[in-house]
Amino acid sequence: MSGEKKRNPDELRALAAKFRADTLRIHAAAPETRVASSLSAVEIYTCLFYGGLLRHNPADPRDPARDRLIVSKGHGSISLYPILADRGFFPKEELARVCRPGSFLGGIPDPVIPGYETVNGSLGHGPGVGSGMALALKRQGSDRRVVVVTGDGELHEGAVWEAFLFAAQHRLDNLVLIVDDNERCMMDNTSRVVCLAPLADKFRAFGWSADEVDGHDVGALCEALGRAMSSDFPGPRAVIAHTVKGKGAPSLEGDPLCHIRTLSPAEVEELTGGAP
Amino acid sequence: MSGPKMRMRDSFLQAMKERMAAEKDIFFLTADFGSPVLDGVRKDFPDRFVNMGISEQNTVNVATGLALEGFRVVAYAIAPFITMRCLEQIRINLAILSQVRPMNVTLVGVGAGYSYEVSGPTHQALEDIALMRALPNVGVWSPADAATAAAMARQALDEPGVRYMRLDSHPLPDVGNAPTADELRRGFRLGGSRGAAAAIVSTGYMSHLAAAVRDELEAGGIPVRTVDLMNLSSPDIAALEAALSPCRAILTMEEGFIGRGGMDGLLAAQLAPRLPKAKWAHAGLAPHYSFEIGPRDELLAANGLSRSALAERVIDLINA
Repeated sequence: MSGEKKRNPDELRALAAKFRADTLRIHAAAPETRVASSLSAVEIYTCLFYGGLLRHNPADPRDPARDRLIVSKGHGSISLYPILADRGFFPKEELARVCRPGSFLGGIPDPVIPGYETVNGSLGHGPGVGSGMALALKRQGSDRRVVVVTGDGELHEGAVWEAFLFAAQHRLDNLVLIVDDNERCMMDNTSRVVCLAPLADKFRAFGWSADEVDGHDVGALCEALGRAMSSDFPGPRAVIAHTVKGKGAPSLEGDPLCHIRTLSPAEVEELTGGAP
Repeated sequence: MSGPKMRMRDSFLQAMKERMAAEKDIFFLTADFGSPVLDGVRKDFPDRFVNMGISEQNTVNVATGLALEGFRVVAYAIAPFITMRCLEQIRINLAILSQVRPMNVTLVGVGAGYSYEVSGPTHQALEDIALMRALPNVGVWSPADAATAAAMARQALDEPGVRYMRLDSHPLPDVGNAPTADELRRGFRLGGSRGAAAAIVSTGYMSHLAAAVRDELEAGGIPVRTVDLMNLSSPDIAALEAALSPCRAILTMEEGFIGRGGMDGLLAAQLAPRLPKAKWAHAGLAPHYSFEIGPRDELLAANGLSRSALAERVIDLINA
């Protein structure tokens, strides 16, 4: 079991920068990947795996002693590929084959990838499946946690609200929801499509604890996630990470349609300074 | 029909309750749908019984999470809702996911066909067979009587995988002897006359009607083979072929829309090519919702599914 080693904020920043560049390079080679969604969540995944927060075992990805991570916004987790490779879940050479014939690393990840728990391509399933896992772990007397990452647009799906009610009803204090709140769904800003604000108040009204944090400030994010994982609040916990969709790629940041935008190899080279 | 009548849900739940007492890894979810026997489950196993509320989508998702952590899970609700309200949850988290991660989940839907005859089309399950059959990795089990439902409860616990069981809501007599292990494995039960030139293949409630049609025809000197098809996803087709090889006229009967991928689709695609000498006809419901209030047998008769009309169809098929 690894992941207990906690990196300091400077190290986390450096790691996040590296994984952001890796994500851009994967996208340059596999333009089918959803790069903007994946860039907003880089610090979230970095903090989980390097901030001493998520217990994981690359040698045995389904080790019962692991914390469960459900990446409900699966399309927005291409940035998790380089992290899983770096942790040793699969060889780093696989990162050069994303979306290539024969690769297990697709444009949307499936649980054939070591480190992924569930099928994620369709949005809105993670909170419910995660609630079932959390209930099972409690009944089995396990102290392991279930961490679910969703986007904010994903919260338009009605099934997540069924799950939020259920998790509060059963006081699932081993369930942590991280909302990668990049304020965008596919076609526009969520506030202009179906507004979710005030989101933290909604969670609190539903019986959850809710914390809001800058999702790109690794120090603050690790602290907020750490609080969510260890507080004595008697129910499920939400951390709303305010992020920028397309973070690190100026042509994507601020574009309401960045979800469906791709970056050219030349743009990626300029952003990353070329090969690693 | 004769013999004592019993509800499938009661025998299913009783069998489940007996196993839950000894086996601590069975979890029972209901989408706010109950029965007196289920009250016993709730009382005896408060840690492994959850009323999910009226939320079939979340019921399937929570069942998935429990199953991924090693529980065998039953999710219980009204048939159209546990199949169609949450079809995408079933597809993503049971059909697709179970291909990669083994799990044991049994969806139980009460109200097969016109069971809820006075509740109208929202509560009737006429598309569930076709929709569940469309999903790889999901078994479709359709018991015709309480003894079969109880046997299938035990089978569901003993076999890994995902399946949908459609139960009638009414008390019904047994169609025949309780299915043997071999019959459960093959997915069908034979009745009537061995070697008959005519056969009726049916499932669920229609197997009761099929038995009545058979008895009427046999009283008139026409021997009939009946097949109660219990498994609508993966029956033993070679065994069915062997059982029906003498037949020259085969009528299928189901309480669901025909021509839409239900039991008729299964038999037409997989069995008919193996029995080229047989003439086939498919009886079932026209693609049309019924708002009429009436006894079930009247609703069926309005669709040409009365005992006499079906007996005539068999005779017509023999003479065709």
